[in-house]
Parts: sequence; C-alpha cells; structure tokens
Amino acid sequence: MALLSIFSRSATNTFTRTVANRAPVVLARGEHTLPKLPYAYDALEPYISKEIMELHHSKHHQTYVNGLNAAENSLHKATSPKDLIALQPALKFNGGGHINHSLFWKNLSPASEDGGKLPDGPLKKALIADFGSVDEFKKKMNTVTASIQGSGWGWLGYNKSTKKLEIVTTANQDPLLSYEPIIGIDIWEHAFYLQYKNVKPDYLNAIWNVINFKEAEKRYLEARH
Amino acid sequence: MSYTLPPLPYDYDSLEPYISKQIMELHHKKHHQTYVNALNDATNAYSSATSAKKRIALQAALKFNGGGHINHSLFWKNLAPASVKGGRGGELHDGPLSKAISDSFQNLKAEFKAAALAIQGSGWCWLGLNPITKRLEITTTANQDPLLNLIPIIGVDMWEHAFYLQYLNVKADYLEAIWNVINWQEAEKRYTEGLSNGTDAGVDVSLSKI
Repeated sequence: MALLSIFSRSATNTFTRTVANRAPVVLARGEHTLPKLPYAYDALEPYISKEIMELHHSKHHQTYVNGLNAAENSLHKATSPKDLIALQPALKFNGGGHINHSLFWKNLSPASEDGGKLPDGPLKKALIADFGSVDEFKKKMNTVTASIQGSGWGWLGYNKSTKKLEIVTTANQDPLLSYEPIIGIDIWEHAFYLQYKNVKPDYLNAIWNVINFKEAEKRYLEARH
Repeated sequence: MSYTLPPLPYDYDSLEPYISKQIMELHHKKHHQTYVNALNDATNAYSSATSAKKRIALQAALKFNGGGHINHSLFWKNLAPASVKGGRGGELHDGPLSKAISDSFQNLKAEFKAAALAIQGSGWCWLGLNPITKRLEITTTANQDPLLNLIPIIGVDMWEHAFYLQYLNVKADYLEAIWNVINWQEAEKRYTEGLSNGTDAGVDVSLSKI
C-alpha cells in the first residue's frame, strides 16, 4: 500500500503513489494540488447543484489538500516513531480526503456526456453476475451507503482475491484499501445537504444519473489485470 | 412503550440569528425524530432477540440511535434564545460554574473551538465534568456516541446538518455564533447536580408511558 511508503526512510525526498488510473505519480512531500474538475460546476445539474459542486471542490477538497501538505511537511521534520505516529491521523484524514475526492470527481460525469450511461461490456456483465441485475446493484449500493452511521463513503469495489465486485463502506475519509475502488459515493452531509437536506435517498437516487460508468469500467479492467 | 421526540423548549426561530429557523426545524423534526424512530425499532428488536449473537448485532443500532436521542435531547436544553429574542442565552453569570471555568481553562471558547474543529468526521464537542477529579474538561465523541466518561455540561453538535445550511463549510463561524445561544443556566444546573450526585442528573430519555 503506497501510503505506508511514507514511513520508510528513503534517501530521496519523494514517494510514488498510484492514482486511480494507475499512472504512477511522483510527488514531493507537501506539494499536492487540487485536481481540476473535469467539467463545469453546474454540469451535474439538476442532480448535484452548482452550489454544492463549487463548495465541495473549491473549499472541502482544497482543505484536505492543504491539510495533507501541512501533515507531510510535519512528517518531513518528524524525528521519532512517536512523532510519526502522532501524524498518522492527519495523514489518513487529509490524505484519504484527497484520494477519495479525486476519485469522486472522475467517477462523476454530466448526464449529457457519460453520466448515467452503462454500455454493454465487461463491467455491466460483472454487475449482473455479482448482483443479479444493474438495478439490484444500485439498490444495494444505496441501501448500504445510506446506512453509514456518521460520515463516510459507499464504494463499489473489486475484490482481487475473489475476483468479484462488492459493495463496501469506509468511515470518515478513510481511503478504500482492501478493494480496488470502482465507484465511490460521498455520503458526508456536505455532499448533498444544501440540495437534498436530510433526504439521503433522494440524493442517492439522483446521483446515478451522473455516475461515470465509462471511468468505472476503465478502473474495473485495470483492477482485473 | 416507546421513546418520543421531546418538544423544543422554544420556537424554531428563537435561536436566530445564530442558528436559523430552517436548521432548527429540520434538525428537530427530521434528524432527531429519525433517531427516536430507529431507537424504538432497535429497542423492540432487542427485547425480542433470542440469542447473544442477535443482541450483539443490534448494539450498533442502539448506540447510534440511542446516542442520537440522548445527545440531541441534551442539546436542545443547553441552547436558549439570546437577549435579542428575549432569552438569557449566552449569559454566564458569576457562580460555581463560571468559577470552575476560570479555574480550569485559559480560554474556554478558544479551547472548545479547537477541539470541535479537530473532529475528523461527524461528532460532538463537549464541556464535561469529570466525576472523579471534579474538574471540567473538554472532549469530543464520534458520530452519535454518547458522552459516558464525563457528566455532560454543554454539548455542541458538529455534524454538518447542525450548521451547513447557514454557515456552509465555515465551521468556525458556527462555533463563534453558538456561544450567543448557550443556556448557561442549564449548564450550571448540570454542573451543580453533577458535583453533588456524581452522575448526570441528565435528561429524561426514559421510556415514556403511553
């Protein structure tokens, strides 16, 4: 797991981290940046409002990026196991926040583009095989995600051992480590509250119109590799 | 027998401009009500559970919804309208609590704010009374975990639903504003009762008779 490499004392000041598309990205510590949104802030309307997208990307995600950079800069100065351990929550929270949101923006797409469209192909085949039907999959994903007790994420993940797709959750900003992330859905209240208030099921039903199944299939094929 | 949503001790708009009517209405009638309903479901399921395994499987629902009911019941009572709405919210008069605060903290508001802002996810920030040391402490609980090791004096909900519609992502502004509607009279009552009883006088979340 790439995050653990932070704790190895390497001669160079860099670590390699693979992002969802498997392109290795070499980053100096403390130099993460907010990835650009692949579409305009209003592009996911009416399913996710412009107001939410703008706050979510330019404020919330930016804050995780800033927090991650700050934590990594502190890490650089850490001299003892105790110092390293004390920094773990900040690294997990902000690093996870950065990872999760980076995956999220890419697994969303305007309804006028790839959003909501699941073409025939290996992903659709696997969803039917592992969940019975695409509708059953969406239903289960929504039920599981809505039942998170607190903040967190619902994931469609690929289990490399069983070679099956499964629905799993992570708490708070914990990144998904035990499965390959295929689709992530943010269920922190900031992800939907301004538009859907307390009615999580409405958000979860709406979001399927903007899920980027093309990106999901790409991740699935890479995970199966 | 079932748990019920306690009535709010003031109107939905009474905490304005510090906490909006829109938030209060959703927070009380939807969020807290949902915890009450789910707590009733979980309690009923628990009492008809026939094995340890089934009871253990229900623990998460009991903690989440029971904690949600307890925490919010405490919350409504430790808030009060500010003077702009004819109340005494935000007014801490000299007394045993104010003395204990100045004995225990350099700057209560700053320390409380720092703790609240540091919550990584959803949760609550508390001013609590340690029943063993008899000293005030600031602590946090995650999600809807109830405060168990300290006697709750003041609780502040840091779930996004508690502030987002009004303060958006700017939690610090919410934390500044809420001091204007903290019910210090209730807080002092909890403090003095906590000192004499050693436990929370607490809030009545017992099963009500129907």
